Amino acid sequence: MTENHKQTVVALVENKPGVLNRVASLFRRRNFNVDSLTVGRTHKPHISRMTIVVDAARTDGRRIAANLFKLVNVIDVKLVSEEPYVSRDLALVKVRTDDAESRNAVTLICERYPARIVDIGTKVAIIEITAQEDIVEALIHELEPIGIVELVRTGVVAMGRGVRILDADYEPPVMMGHENGSYQVYGV
Amino acid sequence: MLLTGAEIVMECLLREGVEVMFGYPGGAILPTYDAMTKYPQIRHVLVRHEQGAAHMADGYARATGRVGVAIATSGPGATNLVTGIGTAMMDSSPIVCITGQVPRGAIGSDAFQEIDITGITLPITKHNYLVNDVRELAYTIREAFHIARTGRPGPVLVDIPKDVQNEKIEFEYPEGPIRLPGYRPPSAADDDQLAAALELIQQAKRPVILAGHGILMAGASNELRELSERAQIPVTLTLLGKGAMPENHPLCVGMMGMHGAAACNYAIQEADLLIALGMRFDDRVTGNLKTYSPNSRKIHVDIDPSEINKNVKVDVGIAGDVRTVLAQLLPHVPSKQHPEWITQIRDWQEDGDERDILHYESEGKLFGAQVINDLWKYTGGDAVTVTDVGQHQMLEAQYYPHQRPETLLTSGGLGTMGFGLPAAIGAKFGKPDEEVWAIVGDGGFQMTMCELATAMQEGVKVNIAILNNAFLGMVRQWQEFFYEERYQATPMYSPDFVKLAEAFGIPAMRVTSRDQIEESVNFARSHETTVLIEYVIEKEEIVYPMVPAGADLHNMLRRPKPGEKQQS
Repeated sequence: MTENHKQTVVALVENKPGVLNRVASLFRRRNFNVDSLTVGRTHKPHISRMTIVVDAARTDGRRIAANLFKLVNVIDVKLVSEEPYVSRDLALVKVRTDDAESRNAVTLICERYPARIVDIGTKVAIIEITAQEDIVEALIHELEPIGIVELVRTGVVAMGRGVRILDADYEPPVMMGHENGSYQVYGV
Repeated sequence: MLLTGAEIVMECLLREGVEVMFGYPGGAILPTYDAMTKYPQIRHVLVRHEQGAAHMADGYARATGRVGVAIATSGPGATNLVTGIGTAMMDSSPIVCITGQVPRGAIGSDAFQEIDITGITLPITKHNYLVNDVRELAYTIREAFHIARTGRPGPVLVDIPKDVQNEKIEFEYPEGPIRLPGYRPPSAADDDQLAAALELIQQAKRPVILAGHGILMAGASNELRELSERAQIPVTLTLLGKGAMPENHPLCVGMMGMHGAAACNYAIQEADLLIALGMRFDDRVTGNLKTYSPNSRKIHVDIDPSEINKNVKVDVGIAGDVRTVLAQLLPHVPSKQHPEWITQIRDWQEDGDERDILHYESEGKLFGAQVINDLWKYTGGDAVTVTDVGQHQMLEAQYYPHQRPETLLTSGGLGTMGFGLPAAIGAKFGKPDEEVWAIVGDGGFQMTMCELATAMQEGVKVNIAILNNAFLGMVRQWQEFFYEERYQATPMYSPDFVKLAEAFGIPAMRVTSRDQIEESVNFARSHETTVLIEYVIEKEEIVYPMVPAGADLHNMLRRPKPGEKQQS
């Protein structure tokens, strides 16, 4: 990998125990460096969605997607960073606000960002920001001189723009010479 | 029908057509062993070490194309399977491993013989399961077999807690299609891909086919041959692809790679088109990737999409079943001739033949190459041979041409020493009417030779040929070339193999000269039981040609022609 990019992969996975472990294990085994990995349920309770940001070249992004696709519990995969996409990162930043100067500074900074103060006291305040990763980083950079005491980020979530979606309703092709039958999927 | 989990396991194996399973009992798998008594249709083979069970299941699978089954208890029983599972994973061999687990209530408590085998085998199985509910058991086993044998085959492990094996439920076999929403092996190529591939074939002047294990697993030998003959494209084989094309076919050039035929490697380097079919550009066949086949366009057909553009960037990548894709392609493939290219390859082959060790004066020495060549001759070139790993393995690949699929079983990807004997036993169960030879070295044989007892207890006949050079020969060869002949830990003491065999009740003989080889084959054939033959061979034989690890594929170390000086 001479040229490093951030690749963003989105995967729909079965909501089963151990699936996160399988995905994480894949990245470790193929020696890909995960920048962030988020996972949460979708509107379908048996399906979870992962957004994985990796430090990798584009060709490796495709390899990652192909390897993820091979996992039996992974229903669909997309390398969303190949196409127009929307991404958001959420951060909670606790900063020092024990004097008027720092309180004012924090308020002014927040006005210039999609950020807000969600908790404020005499010693510290918590700022919430939801934005693209680089904007979150810019805010953090500005808050640093004031005094960050605690910071948490969710990692990036992403979604491709337009009508192209990940396919959660996929019906597998008939493989065994049978018609699609009736038996219940268990454990999902 | 009210059945226990253990009985459900057996019932499901029966429905999958399992006829034999290889295993070793123990506490956590005892309920399933007890259930076996009600299912005498399925034969159980008691191994001497669980690694042997996994290799036997693997050998059975490779010899037949059917799923092999290994069964073991929890803890050490399960961990002993690991090398065999890794071997099957690297060579895409369909096996299902069933392991007992401590009862659900004890999982996570570090109970006696508890091990996280699904965690351990996660990266070396195609998929694995811990069955937490007896109601899932039948679905799980059905899925396990389906996943193991479809798509790119591979090992699947099913870990079953003891109390799940004991629990009783009303059992009804799950009929209907398997619904695995995230499991969709690709099958066919789309029209654009086919058109692009045909265009390249049409333009090519120096095309070469690289045929791999995928041809055998897809059953695409006929399609391969038709493609080769129609467009006059020479075929080179990977180690695991041997048997994909009859090696006496005029268009079959032989094996490629580190110890492949020089003509194959030159052809690949000089080609203007590579057609890679069911192979994965392993480092042992490419050498230095930067200088690999620099002037060729490349078509790659493989059922595993993650193999496309993994090691070698290709012009046309088709993720699909190689037989389906070839069947799509063939009606449009033009008749072509490449006389100059074919002549060029013939010249390289003739040069290679001149350097053959068989043309050397033996001076009373017995070379491994001679042993393999003569085994080929006296078995009519038609045996199922199962090798271990090392020099004898490469000599087998060079001196035992195979004419049919599934007749050479060898650990290629993982290079597992100790594979030979147990895999041969498994292969014989799969192909009881064929002559099965385990061709092994003195090193690898000693890793799993405990399975001699299995062979005798089960009354299975394999012919064991030990090529004994009193060295770990391939490692010694590397030490000779790259470590200035410092033979650290490669000279090897061995027991008297003939006496050892006799202790197991196995007829045995020792061969020290070439004129005894025919007799040894007759000796092997004259016994109903497993026999062992020790061939005491030249200690410091070298397997030529050799592409040093990471070197350019065309920069082979070659054996000099008779009368020429040794190359420096």
